[in-house]
Amino acid sequence: MVVSIVANDASKIFKMRYHRTIKQITIAAMRKQKISDSFLAVNDVSFSIEQGESVGLMGLNGSGKSTLLKLINGVMKPDSGEILTRGRIAGLIATGAGFHAQLTGRDNVYLNAAILGMSEAETNRKFDAIVEFADIGKFLDTPVGNYSSGMFARLGFAVAVHTDSDIFLIDEVLAVGDKPFKQKCLARMQEIRDEGRTMLYVSHAAASVKRMCDRVLVLEKGVLGYDGPVQEGIRYLHYEDSEDDVGTSEGDDSENESDGELGADI
Amino acid sequence: MTTQADPSRTQPVPLAEQPLASPFAGGGLVEVFRRRYLLKLLVRKAVRSRYQGSVLGLFWSYIQPLVRFCMYFFVIGLVLGLHKNLPNFAIHMFAAIVGVHFFTETFSSGTRSIISNKAIVRKMAMPREMFPVAAVITSAINTFPQLVILFVGSLAVGWKPDPMGLLAGVLGIAIVIVLGTALALLFSGMNVFFRDFQNIVQTFMLFTHWIVPMIYPFYKLAQSGLGRNTAFYDAYLSNPLTVAVLLLQRAFWIPTTLGKRGYPGPGRRFPDNASDVGFPVLPHHYMLLGWGMLAVSLVILVLCQMVFRSIEGKFAERL
Repeated sequence: MVVSIVANDASKIFKMRYHRTIKQITIAAMRKQKISDSFLAVNDVSFSIEQGESVGLMGLNGSGKSTLLKLINGVMKPDSGEILTRGRIAGLIATGAGFHAQLTGRDNVYLNAAILGMSEAETNRKFDAIVEFADIGKFLDTPVGNYSSGMFARLGFAVAVHTDSDIFLIDEVLAVGDKPFKQKCLARMQEIRDEGRTMLYVSHAAASVKRMCDRVLVLEKGVLGYDGPVQEGIRYLHYEDSEDDVGTSEGDDSENESDGELGADI
Repeated sequence: MTTQADPSRTQPVPLAEQPLASPFAGGGLVEVFRRRYLLKLLVRKAVRSRYQGSVLGLFWSYIQPLVRFCMYFFVIGLVLGLHKNLPNFAIHMFAAIVGVHFFTETFSSGTRSIISNKAIVRKMAMPREMFPVAAVITSAINTFPQLVILFVGSLAVGWKPDPMGLLAGVLGIAIVIVLGTALALLFSGMNVFFRDFQNIVQTFMLFTHWIVPMIYPFYKLAQSGLGRNTAFYDAYLSNPLTVAVLLLQRAFWIPTTLGKRGYPGPGRRFPDNASDVGFPVLPHHYMLLGWGMLAVSLVILVLCQMVFRSIEGKFAERL
């Protein structure tokens, strides 16, 4: 098997600064207050994910999930230890982050795709599919600054899910689009998983993690607390008793459940 | 609706043979030029958004230097009378304005480049050098019209380009580009940590028009009491921007002055041959200085790239 993502004792320290100007720092120093404080967002995390695995990354708010995802995505660099990946990375992380309000939807698709590492030919080839997926119709040639938030998000999603990649990271509320769009996204995500790409899925929704993933990592205050099969992972988190979307309609595609699993991402 | 991976996939190397690597893009400037397509799109975005919603559009990048030129020409040339003493003073000044304006625009827009793209830098992985480099290229595009004006203006007053002069001009512009890129890299990175840096740059900009021979000719400085002080003279010439300006003046202004009165003051004539124009109009080793400054600027660029690389790991969390 080919290893896709490896973390070796990776840690990320964040420094919090309470004061920014010289005046404030001086006053704080005279009063013997702390000028800065640091905390470990990701603490000595090690794991190895093989190509084609789909892994859920779970944990309470502030447990370091997003930071870990940023380390894997290459936006941040671990302060100690290392994170290694193989192949191209794409994902539903901050979709639409690269959009420029004054450019048209069309220009933004090209720019965003280029940031994600696509060539001009590749974008041309996929352009129609992207536009069809986003379903923004005649607004394609108007500045994205005028888009509704749903249209903006749909366009961002569309570019991200059409990027060829070996690793696909998901960290975003799917609550933005309307119901048909959400279902389209879920279907596309399952397709991506079935293509044999490595998938790392950050979610609080036990039901959708169960459906999408075959392994779960649980972070607790930056420490990797659990690494193993999905069912036990969810039990480890004590999500089973509190979340009704798991208990009531497991494995069922009823409207209630899909609403629950999508909304629970928030 | 969906793109099936395999036919469209552009992957020459099988995944298993690709190396495990750190996802944190650290390819530096080399990587920037490997991803020229993205660079092109970023530059296009910057050029378009700069003149978004303005009626005159790109025309504005002519107006500012033109107004500055007219003002200086009126005050320095006509009120202080330099226009009479120095042949083609307007070309002398405009050649300098082009160089200085290119540099200041590169420097200041480069310094702001990472902050103003923070939405991308915080969330998406890409070579972060891309933004300062795009700022340099955008500035070059905005400066190009001025170079055209300088060309036409010089031709109008009888400019005959000579090979040495053209080489000097190219060298001067190369110094500005390399030095501007270096400083844009360094300051864009430091500006992430302390926004003071964009103010420092703005303050520094106040000097640039005065520390280069733009509104005064070089010989005035060389023959003044200050210029006779060797230490001051060397310090003055150790500013790469000064050397770049002198090279641009060698390219455009010197050939238009040949045979005219004013060397190196009223009453004497410029030589008939551009190559014979020497000190005190130009430092005698100006070409050597030019090559030296280009080398120094390249060293500064490498150093700035190294600093940038060592601090870019903190960009995402500090923005």
